[in-house]
Amino acid sequence: MKTGAKTLIEALRREGVDTIFGYPGGSVLPIYDELYDSSIRHILVRHEQAAAHAADGYARASGRVGVCLATSGPGACNLVTGIATAYMDSVSIVALTGQVPTGMLGNDAFQESDITGITMPVTKHNYLVKDVADLDRTVQEAFYIARTGRPGPVLIDLPKDVTTSHVKSGEAAPGPVSLRGYQPTYQGHVRQIDKALDLIARAERPLVYAGGGVVHSGASAELLEFAEATAIPVTTTLMGLGAVPGDHPLCLGMLGMHGTQSANYAVTECDLLIAVGVRFDDRVTGKIETFAPNAAIIHIDIDPAEIGKNRAVDVPIVGDVKAVLQALLRRMQKHGDTANWVARINTWKAQHPLRYRDDGRLRPQYIIRELSDLLKGEGIIASEVGQNQMWTALHYCFRKPRTWLTSGGLGTMGYGFPAAIGAHFARPDLPVVDVAGDGSFQMNIQELGTVAQYHIPVKVVILNNMYLGMVRQWQELFYDRRYSYTELPPVDFVKIANAYGIEGIRVEEKDGVREALSAALAADGPFVLDFRIEREENVFPMVPAGAAINEMIGVHQE
Amino acid sequence: MKSHTISVLVENRAGVLSRVAGMFSRRGFNIESLAVGTCEEPDMSRITIVVNGDGSVVEQVMKQTNKLIDVIKVSDLTERESVERELALIKVAAEPGTTRAEVLQIADIFRAQVVDVGAKTLVLQVAGDTDKIDALEKLLRQYGIKELVRTGKIAILRGAKTVKSSK
Ligand SMILES: Cc1ncc(C[n+]2csc(CCOP(=O)(O)OP(=O)(O)O)c2C)c(N)n1
Repeated sequence: MKTGAKTLIEALRREGVDTIFGYPGGSVLPIYDELYDSSIRHILVRHEQAAAHAADGYARASGRVGVCLATSGPGACNLVTGIATAYMDSVSIVALTGQVPTGMLGNDAFQESDITGITMPVTKHNYLVKDVADLDRTVQEAFYIARTGRPGPVLIDLPKDVTTSHVKSGEAAPGPVSLRGYQPTYQGHVRQIDKALDLIARAERPLVYAGGGVVHSGASAELLEFAEATAIPVTTTLMGLGAVPGDHPLCLGMLGMHGTQSANYAVTECDLLIAVGVRFDDRVTGKIETFAPNAAIIHIDIDPAEIGKNRAVDVPIVGDVKAVLQALLRRMQKHGDTANWVARINTWKAQHPLRYRDDGRLRPQYIIRELSDLLKGEGIIASEVGQNQMWTALHYCFRKPRTWLTSGGLGTMGYGFPAAIGAHFARPDLPVVDVAGDGSFQMNIQELGTVAQYHIPVKVVILNNMYLGMVRQWQELFYDRRYSYTELPPVDFVKIANAYGIEGIRVEEKDGVREALSAALAADGPFVLDFRIEREENVFPMVPAGAAINEMIGVHQE
Repeated sequence: MKSHTISVLVENRAGVLSRVAGMFSRRGFNIESLAVGTCEEPDMSRITIVVNGDGSVVEQVMKQTNKLIDVIKVSDLTERESVERELALIKVAAEPGTTRAEVLQIADIFRAQVVDVGAKTLVLQVAGDTDKIDALEKLLRQYGIKELVRTGKIAILRGAKTVKSSK
């Protein structure tokens, strides 16, 4: 006879779980008691939201399933933002929550919340386990659902009596999962693939638009091979950064609202858009009617619901990006001649490089470029949300997939720091840096306690403008500089770090940047860098909301 | 905008109805009618949902619904040959005498059955398509409808075709 809690831990081990991010409470006490003797490492965060983001960061950095654990009621509710963040960016996490005993369900018992009801719209699937006999199977299904098909978060709610009651021991592990309502399509349809190849062979100005799906399916090598074989340039979404090396001659960088000029011009002029693992997000397309207005569209995605959702498609290919790209490469006989097109794009690239004013003052773009220079793509960068995120996306050169962790779909401030913690446990071999705004950092600043306790060598680079910068930028541009509630008073982040026993440096001059970054990277523990940047620096280029993506502003400032 | 009748085959499990209904309402659909019950397989249920919307939006909602793990199959029956029915129970004021005779006559024409007789009321049971029930309701209104309950529409394909799990 073993308890539900023991069954749970064994099932997690069977799924290969080595690390859980969590926070205890009454209804998960049986699980915590079991964890005490378990070989699974548990990281005690300071807020459950951080547990979910850490599990997410772990998943994005490793390609495995991240796991978080919280108690019922308030603990479970605190996970919601993290779960929703993972849902929007298709990240595999399994969230375990405690629940009041089954006999008290629905009674408004102490610390009861209907977490399966609350998370229905933000999970790929969720479970309330009412019988300990179902527990083993449920864990297995949850991991299977989280990591297959289009990845996503799955929640398992565990009433306390389920984790304390006993199951017959010696039962065989459940057999392979088979769910009749869930059968993802991995192989693209051959006829559609041939149609796509036909368009590719005839296109004069083809362009690949690559997104997070490329990273999720581990298809970077295939994408690069495809781009090189066909000499088709590639632009990526925010989520797709690193899918192809940022310094590759065929790479145009990011497109969309804060995309590069060359990428946005290329989308506007292309005659064939090969959309790979993307979802035509409005932050990418701008005004949808003017997005790739003259292009035939091939859309490759594992989720049929994404195809044709925002934009009609000429050749839909439902399947795993990697499998489909392999099939395209296998079946390709000829491709078009893109030399003129590539030359045109190269002219744009040369005429409109990413610029910023480099006048000796402390500018965020410079800091990011120095960081990029120091790490050379050999590290993991997490970001918060706002200007810091866009400066990083634009000025850091991502060279590999799974080295860029950012909340793209939900835009969650406070994501980066805990995600960086999770990433460290996924890739302890790599340096991990969270690029933060002073506003975002204060959303999960309490995790300084976590990095201090476990001596987690995450470096925090705060681009401190004493504003909610991105909102201030919008107020400057579209609300007549009426800075309504976006100014933040100065905070001594170094002192706060020190209070947790963490090292920190404040930098106010451009000259100090390289040295400070090097010191932080060289330190063997956590480190906080407080960069007091030009307060009213803006992110450019920018496409105003509702405009076409080639109608960028801020492109002529040097 | 037009009315669509969507048939959803689901696992017969707790919470599935709210997942499906939630998906429709979350995407801004006003559900006109919803009926659910077990079907030919004991471990599955069939939900029939009637919604208003244009074709591409309905298609998107169907795809999103199909993504739910407990959903086995989603079909739009609107453009296909199908039989649609709903059931209503109508409690109508019917004093003994001429009114009662008239109500009974109307019931007869609509092939409604009397399922309860009270001192001053009759309960009629009627099955049919939505229009028929609407028409009966309108006619009975003049006598005074005390209470009315409708099941929501259920639908099934004509002939040998079925909406079944293809898996
Ligand atoms: C949780 C949350 N609340 C509010 C917002 C809206 N928002 C987007 S960017 C931003 C400002 C971010 O400021 P800061 O973290 O200081 O970064 P900066 O833009 O200055 O780099 C805000 C408030 C959000 N994205 N997330």
